[in-house]
Amino acid sequence: MTMPATGAARPRVFIVDDHGLFRSGVRSELGDRVDVVGEADDVTPAITLIAECLPDVVLLDVHLPGGGGQDVVTATKATHPQVRFLALSASDAPEDVIAVIRAGARGYVTKTISGAELVDAVYRVAAGDAVFSPRLAGFVLDAFAALGPADEGRQTFDPELDQLTPREREVLRLIARGYTYKEIARELFISGKTVESHVSSVLRKLQLSTRHQLTRWATERRLT
Amino acid sequence: MPGPGIGKNPHPTLITRPADQGSPGWRRTRLRRDDGDVEERSGPAPPGLADGQGEPWRPPWPDHDGAAPEDGWPRRRRPWRRWRRHQWVGRPQGSGPLRRSPEDRLVAGLAAGIAARTGVDVTLVRLVFVVAALLGGFGVAAYVAGWLLLPAAGADSSIAQKALNDRRGLALAAGLGSLLIILLLIASALGARWLSSVAWALVISVVGITLIWRNTPPDEHAVLRRLADPVLGLAGASGRRRRPLLRVVASILLLIIGLSALLGGRSAPALLEPLAGLLLVITAIVIMLGPWWLRIARDLVLERQARARAEERADMAAHLHDSVLQTLALIQRRADQPQQVVQLARAQERELRSWLFDGLPPGSADGQGVTTLAGGVRLIQQEVEAQHGITVEAVTVGDCELDDDLNALLAAAREATVNAAKWSGAPTVALFAEVEPAEVVLFVRDRGRGFDPAAVPGDRKGLAESIRARVARHGGSVTVRSAPGEGTEVSLTMPRDAGKRQPSRPARA
Repeated sequence: MTMPATGAARPRVFIVDDHGLFRSGVRSELGDRVDVVGEADDVTPAITLIAECLPDVVLLDVHLPGGGGQDVVTATKATHPQVRFLALSASDAPEDVIAVIRAGARGYVTKTISGAELVDAVYRVAAGDAVFSPRLAGFVLDAFAALGPADEGRQTFDPELDQLTPREREVLRLIARGYTYKEIARELFISGKTVESHVSSVLRKLQLSTRHQLTRWATERRLT
Repeated sequence: MPGPGIGKNPHPTLITRPADQGSPGWRRTRLRRDDGDVEERSGPAPPGLADGQGEPWRPPWPDHDGAAPEDGWPRRRRPWRRWRRHQWVGRPQGSGPLRRSPEDRLVAGLAAGIAARTGVDVTLVRLVFVVAALLGGFGVAAYVAGWLLLPAAGADSSIAQKALNDRRGLALAAGLGSLLIILLLIASALGARWLSSVAWALVISVVGITLIWRNTPPDEHAVLRRLADPVLGLAGASGRRRRPLLRVVASILLLIIGLSALLGGRSAPALLEPLAGLLLVITAIVIMLGPWWLRIARDLVLERQARARAEERADMAAHLHDSVLQTLALIQRRADQPQQVVQLARAQERELRSWLFDGLPPGSADGQGVTTLAGGVRLIQQEVEAQHGITVEAVTVGDCELDDDLNALLAAAREATVNAAKWSGAPTVALFAEVEPAEVVLFVRDRGRGFDPAAVPGDRKGLAESIRARVARHGGSVTVRSAPGEGTEVSLTMPRDAGKRQPSRPARA
């Protein structure tokens, strides 16, 4: 995977959201710290325009009139794997969030995020890192905990992918408690890079784990 | 005395002329009917309109109470009518169009209407109908036709006029009618000759009653329902269990009749000929009308579904109106107070979310009925946000039922959250709860001004009593980490009684 954005360059951002008001709001919040290269309001135009603009980061709404945000991720990943996605949504329904992450988004933040935090998240995703909001950290902890050791006996169980290490759990817990990556590094006496690698590793597990339970967990959550 | 119908405008419009002839109180009146016909007649002026001088004019009928209703006397309730009826042995012929008289009704007021119009005694009219009904069912059919075609007194149009616009009702009536005709044909072919004498009456009655049922105003509907009650009661109003039984009995009965007719006395060739013809006719009718009957049945199903959808929509509209629209209105009125606007928007967002994703009805998350840890955390979030105007980011991992220990833990966490909201100066407070197999941990964190825990005087009630001591009493522990300028984090831990509590399915943060 290439690294299109160096530290100095402004990331090129594309916004996908069906509410025009929200798009212009995000645009003005991002200000000139990033370069907004395009907008789309639905799945099909988004796929076409993203392929044309080739942005570094796509801010993606989870819910779109023509389908889920994960369709945009899947279609773009197939042809342009270098484009990165950050889910930005008002939806708290875990199955939506998990679906977009598993499709390949590098993170998830809620729409109530402040402008500065959003810019920070965009830079992080552009640099290839994962962005976990406290809520997403909570979801992930919940998902892996709910799977539990009870079904470790299955044949397809892959401890590399289907389980969080104690350190990863610790990092996620601190994110859920509202710690920034820097604060986590200080708290755990590790470097910021190590925190980022833990988070990326969790993201990888979330995306690659073949456990059906992970998907089922997300759908079952709606029923509880 | 004003009858029950007072206040309702009588059907024809009463136009009075100045008294230019006859004694005061008597005048010519013209009745203008809806169809534009004007009919003249003489009669006493309603008492309120009498323009006599000196002694107030007293009408001769006994039940006069002096005042006419503002819009004149309803036709059938004018006191002088009753008086005339009792004075004259021959009973006066009424005037004006023939109308059903729902006020004096047994069923639809048809007999009473006819009696009023013709001057014949009501009981006699009713008797004629009953006798006619017993002789070949004609009475029933005539009655139903009258019910259908004659407008009720005080109504604008007859039921038939309304029924003309009810496409589905017409289709239903036609379907039922044709089905009935076929049944009658079969029956008469099978030898029940007596049926043919009542056939037309039966068909007219069924079709008529169907149309009436669909188009009649509610009060007459109630009459119909009352009449149908004993019949439906037989068919299974007392329980659905009897309905299949009834069907089985009916089909066995029909089978026996049919078989006995088929295998009975007549010789086979003589029987086969009409039977074959009949079968052909039936097949033809079924082929011709079958799809149509099916469509009627489907239409009825669709209609019911549409009604269900409409109700659902109304529910949703009601909810949105009570919540979202109200909040939007409030936000518009408080546009100059950003803090309040944010608070309103967040409160509304939470409520809408819990309705959409958790299926909780609006207002149900008000404290009563919180039985799980996640529910408790959500409640703290709501209350602190509402009361202190800050944002609480709440995340819960896992969930379990609440007990005394956990209630104490939640109360302490609430206190810590309120403290952070009040003193930290930070715009957001993070609240994180995790249910682990052995314990429940809760963290309350802010990035506010912080303080030096060592410098806090020992008598400060909030932290010492409400948080630390409360949790300690239930076997838990509390640690506070803070430094000036670094924010504050309160960690609360409560051990779980592992035997008693199993982790339940996780609920949302």
